[in-house]
Amino acid sequence: MSTVPDDLRYSKEHEWVRADGDVATIGITHFAQEQLGDVVFVELPEKGSTVRQFSSLGVVESVKAASDIYAPLSGEVIERNVKVIEKPELVNTEPYGNGWMIKVRLADKGELNQLLSPSDYRSHIGETAGAGGD
Amino acid sequence: MATETPPLRRTPLYERHVALGAKIVPFAGYEMPIQYEGIVAEHRAVRGSAGLFDLSHMGEFFFTGTGARGAVDRLVSSDVAGLARGQARYGLLCNERGTIVDDVIVYRTGEAEYMMVVNAANIAKDRAHLLHHLTDDVTFDDRSTGTALVAVQGPRAAGILATSTKDAVGSLPSFGVTPARVAGVKATVARTGYTGEDGFEVFVASADAQHVWDALLAAGRDAGIKPVGLGARDTLRLEARFSLYGNEIDETTDPIEAGLGWTCKLDKEFIGRDRIGAKKARGPTRKIAGLVVDEGVARHGHEVTSAGEVVGRVTSGTYGPTVDKNIALAYVPTALSKVGTALAVRIRGKDVPATVVKTPFYRRPE
Repeated sequence: MSTVPDDLRYSKEHEWVRADGDVATIGITHFAQEQLGDVVFVELPEKGSTVRQFSSLGVVESVKAASDIYAPLSGEVIERNVKVIEKPELVNTEPYGNGWMIKVRLADKGELNQLLSPSDYRSHIGETAGAGGD
Repeated sequence: MATETPPLRRTPLYERHVALGAKIVPFAGYEMPIQYEGIVAEHRAVRGSAGLFDLSHMGEFFFTGTGARGAVDRLVSSDVAGLARGQARYGLLCNERGTIVDDVIVYRTGEAEYMMVVNAANIAKDRAHLLHHLTDDVTFDDRSTGTALVAVQGPRAAGILATSTKDAVGSLPSFGVTPARVAGVKATVARTGYTGEDGFEVFVASADAQHVWDALLAAGRDAGIKPVGLGARDTLRLEARFSLYGNEIDETTDPIEAGLGWTCKLDKEFIGRDRIGAKKARGPTRKIAGLVVDEGVARHGHEVTSAGEVVGRVTSGTYGPTVDKNIALAYVPTALSKVGTALAVRIRGKDVPATVVKTPFYRRPE
């Protein structure tokens, strides 16, 4: 698994987005979970609520500290990952898989252009391009 | 304007921490490892097998001379005068107001020699406090810089240490202390710790620290020993309900409300005794309570509420990996400190239900 998969878009606050039509799946990156350490609690918005781009959508707590999760995109929450609420360690073990947070119906697909490409995100976290995998 | 901060110091094991992949943070003026592999994995290693800690930042004071016994007894809340050679005891340094200057362990290491181990952040303050009260028949020696401290803690600690020494450390009682040779070097070994597990603290000269660290890591390899950082040190001590200076106790808190009345021998003379005795007779208006929080992690400084009213404050809080609960200690009014009381912790503006529970949160199996 690459630490920065090529098929996703990223925010500077270390969230990732997988866009599929007008639905986007949102999670936090490998880099973010590594900085946080052992995640023990995840707080996510209710289904049906709306989130606004670059505003707080929820919280992840590790043993060490609490951190806000910021919405990389605006829209309506159509699903939240119940598994990650029950098993917060999924954020550490599968940040791009079963550790996803919410699915959002996009309000404005144009907002995707304000996110970082994989290579821009790699430079943002100081990872050299192409250095994949662990 | 930049404020002048003294440069951070390093323990003699700093290079070892870096080589082991530790995340380094500033703590009490030192660059210390907060974690290596991860807090939860390190925590579980100590509960299930063994962990190795660098505590070389802590302070070691030595008191010698004919007046040492009496002097240290007047400075510390607990029964230091009653220590036989080779015994240690936990106690408090208090001021005349009866509040807490530091929490310490005093080891009687010789006929007329006592070692006091103090918190790293308090070394300068404690030294000033102690020197102010010492008489001419006591020699005081601050050996904090030249002394390294490595702790091996956990159910496998005794077995691991036994393979590194010919001395019979396994027969050392809890809170016993003895000179020994560990990995061939001169050491003072004590059966003390801050994790809620059996374990040992090994004091050596700073020059020998790397050698002893390497030897204990190697001796524990088959048992699954892990180096443990300050992060897991905090989760371990909190599950065991040990106070942390700066969180549960400081110069605004007294031993009675902090639940440390048992460390105060009120039928002897010590600094702060009269005020502490009066407080005990009166009964504290607030007390430390153990809380289990429903969801979300309570942290130092969070408000505790009862029916929407702020009634207290969290002193320490974390997720406890062994108890698998969000646990916290908090000062609350005495009337709300009974086990079973329903309270709440205000986390990010929301009152999250919490219940007062019996402490320690974790007690090791017999």
